[in-house]
Amino acid sequence: MSKRILTVDDSKTMRDMLLVTLKQAGYDVVQADDGQDGLSKLAAEGADVIITDINMPVMDGIAFIKACRAQAAYASTPILTLTTESSDAKKAEGRAAGATGWIVKPFNPESLIRVIEKVCP
Amino acid sequence: MDDLAEFKHTYFQECEELLADLEGQLTALQDGETDDEILHAAFRAIHSIKGGAGAFGFTQLVGFAHVFETVLDQMREHRLETSGPNVALLIRAGDVLADLVVAAQNDETLPDDFGRELLESLHELAGTKAEGEEENADDVFDDIDFGGPDEGGESAGDQESDISAQMREVKIEFAPTPQLFHRANDPLILLRELKSLGTLEIEVDSSRLPALEDIEADGSYLTWRFTLTTSASDEAIRGVFEFVLDDCKLDIENHDAVAEQGTEETAPEENQAAEPVAPVAPAPQPQEEAAIGGSATKAAADNKIAADNKTVADKKPPASIRVDLERIDRLVNMVGELVITQAMLSEQISQLSVTEQASLLHGVETLALQMRELQESVMSIRAQPVKSVFSRMARLVRELSCSLNKEAKLVITGETTEVDKTVIEELSDPLTHMIRNSMDHGLETPAEREQAGKAREGIIQLTAEHRNGKIVISVSDNGRGINREKVLKKATEKGLTSADARPSDDEIDNLILLPGFSTADQVSDVSGRGVGMDVVVRKIQNMGGRIGITSVPGESSRFSLTLPLTLAVLDGMIISIGHEFFIIPITSIVESLRPDNGAIHELAGGGEVLAIRGGFIKLIHLARLFGLEHRSGHTSERLVVVVETGASDPIGLVVDELVEQQQVVIKSLESNYRRVQGVAGATILGNGMVALILDVDGVCAMSAPAHSSMVETRSLESAEMLQ
Repeated sequence: MSKRILTVDDSKTMRDMLLVTLKQAGYDVVQADDGQDGLSKLAAEGADVIITDINMPVMDGIAFIKACRAQAAYASTPILTLTTESSDAKKAEGRAAGATGWIVKPFNPESLIRVIEKVCP
Repeated sequence: MDDLAEFKHTYFQECEELLADLEGQLTALQDGETDDEILHAAFRAIHSIKGGAGAFGFTQLVGFAHVFETVLDQMREHRLETSGPNVALLIRAGDVLADLVVAAQNDETLPDDFGRELLESLHELAGTKAEGEEENADDVFDDIDFGGPDEGGESAGDQESDISAQMREVKIEFAPTPQLFHRANDPLILLRELKSLGTLEIEVDSSRLPALEDIEADGSYLTWRFTLTTSASDEAIRGVFEFVLDDCKLDIENHDAVAEQGTEETAPEENQAAEPVAPVAPAPQPQEEAAIGGSATKAAADNKIAADNKTVADKKPPASIRVDLERIDRLVNMVGELVITQAMLSEQISQLSVTEQASLLHGVETLALQMRELQESVMSIRAQPVKSVFSRMARLVRELSCSLNKEAKLVITGETTEVDKTVIEELSDPLTHMIRNSMDHGLETPAEREQAGKAREGIIQLTAEHRNGKIVISVSDNGRGINREKVLKKATEKGLTSADARPSDDEIDNLILLPGFSTADQVSDVSGRGVGMDVVVRKIQNMGGRIGITSVPGESSRFSLTLPLTLAVLDGMIISIGHEFFIIPITSIVESLRPDNGAIHELAGGGEVLAIRGGFIKLIHLARLFGLEHRSGHTSERLVVVVETGASDPIGLVVDELVEQQQVVIKSLESNYRRVQGVAGATILGNGMVALILDVDGVCAMSAPAHSSMVETRSLESAEMLQ
């Protein structure tokens, strides 16, 4: 069974890009447009890997990651943050909340898949 | 690359929304609102614009958005004030950002120094250096190339192909901290990745492992020593540990010596080493077991989350999807055809015998009801709030305030009023021109305003509301109003009104919409560029709308546009003249009556008027106008349909018969034939005949000579507002 990836981003452009890239790589994709939506999608459909943006309305990525980690079922699910900043501060912020790793936007398909395989081979 | 084109399309759609959103947030800031959420939302908007721009390689856009974002970031963290001048700067930056988005969309290349001044101001505000920033922006672009070959090189994969590189031995000591597991990283995965770089010898140091009773489930007690024989770069090796660098003790030691010989033996050893790793590794397993053990509590927790989500879902705005406009148009067209077919069906049924009719009647009536509902539902898909076009006007007012040296504030009401998308698209130009006009001619200079005892800052008000199945949009200003004396003088000079005519105040105000009213002596930088009020008048009339002006000298003037909610269908009254059928839009009709013979008076100039409830209205003989034959003799045997017009008092249209009220699908005459004066479009009737939809104002204008202030729609020239 193909692995399921939950992508959480408020930008449709970004969600679409992730969707196409991930689908082409054979992943099953579930989309959410903010943290709150992400939690409901997670409860409804589950995920093997979570990719989330940080800056989002309603519930931002940091709160979302914390909420995921607080659930035993997702304590050890790889969570990758999407960040435009290559700045360490942003990465650290995500990591402090419990993110496994990060994807630097803009990403190219190969590097995206590689990062995912890195945390969930 | 089709994907890319599609992404771009989505991106620019999204940008449009984000920019409108940004505009709204910044305006709120300007109005003195201080809610943090405003800054957060503005930040997010720019952030998203930047994110997408990066993916498509819009370098200028990314660079600018980056600095913009930095400033907002500092503001939301209260490191920068949201004072007036700062916000004003942001608003201007928003305008530049919008320009950059448009340029990117149109594949235009703007000069490098576009927005430079503003960029520098932003840098100054953010306390960042312009040069440094540019480097930073370049950094971002190194990664851009969606779909292209990977040039990043930060990951391990592409190192494998680098055969020519020197093989060497690298010693790695790796001791994860418990945090590594908390972040769902897994040593086993790292180990495998490392193995992919070359041949790997693994040693486990379990000396830190405490007695069983002292082991903490999520503790970390093992240290691994790897000996990697590889040609991969240090960077690639470090790349393996990229996500865990802070969560482990990592030593990478380089031995340049080529160590080819160990390869064969290490393989089994590696397996041996790897075997015990999995069970011993205090990886997530314990936690997972705990989770299974406590599944009841987990389920309870899940339920709670589900419940929480439900309440949130209730509060959320309704879900929406994006659909290509083309598909909706197709749907609208199909529904239009369906309406025609339904009308034909009804027509044919009406020709059956009464008994046959009875059996079909119920079905046909239900069909008609459902048809109407279907049509309304489809139309509502295309309805959009006018906000998108209204919000663009704020910038216009800002820019005009600057260039005209006037102080003005735009007040918007009713921006959520919904109207068909095509109407919205068509609105932009007329609105722009009306606001230009108000800013240029309506509002006085601050000094003049002070002298007149008004606040220095003038107010431009933009409103939208639904009224009688139409949308009314008005632009008003609290400026000097229309100088009627001057207008009348000018109109008389130009022969637009006869010298002895005594038009009412309203009529005078509306004179400025007349073609040929434009006057060279008042061409100004802003509103006199050859496109005058004629653009407004023509555009509005093309859309089946009307424009009216009211003014109070010294106090205000107001332009009101009345527009249909949709350009696809209208409720019409089918009338006949001779053997021809015409449609009069229901919304224009005031009443229909059969005139008494004595109520019709001939005028000296050749026209006719109808006395009605103590007043007179002008009569227009459609038959004469269109060169048709009436069925019977005198006017008194016919019907008069009283209609409202935009430019003057109601007029009476003389027709033979009122046939039926019916919803008709508007087919453009212009795109199928050519524009015809007095005709707004055509439709197909139930009997398959084509009927023309009357443009009431156009008809009114065609019969103009008898009246002083009629609008000649045909050859509109620039008509500026004279004040």
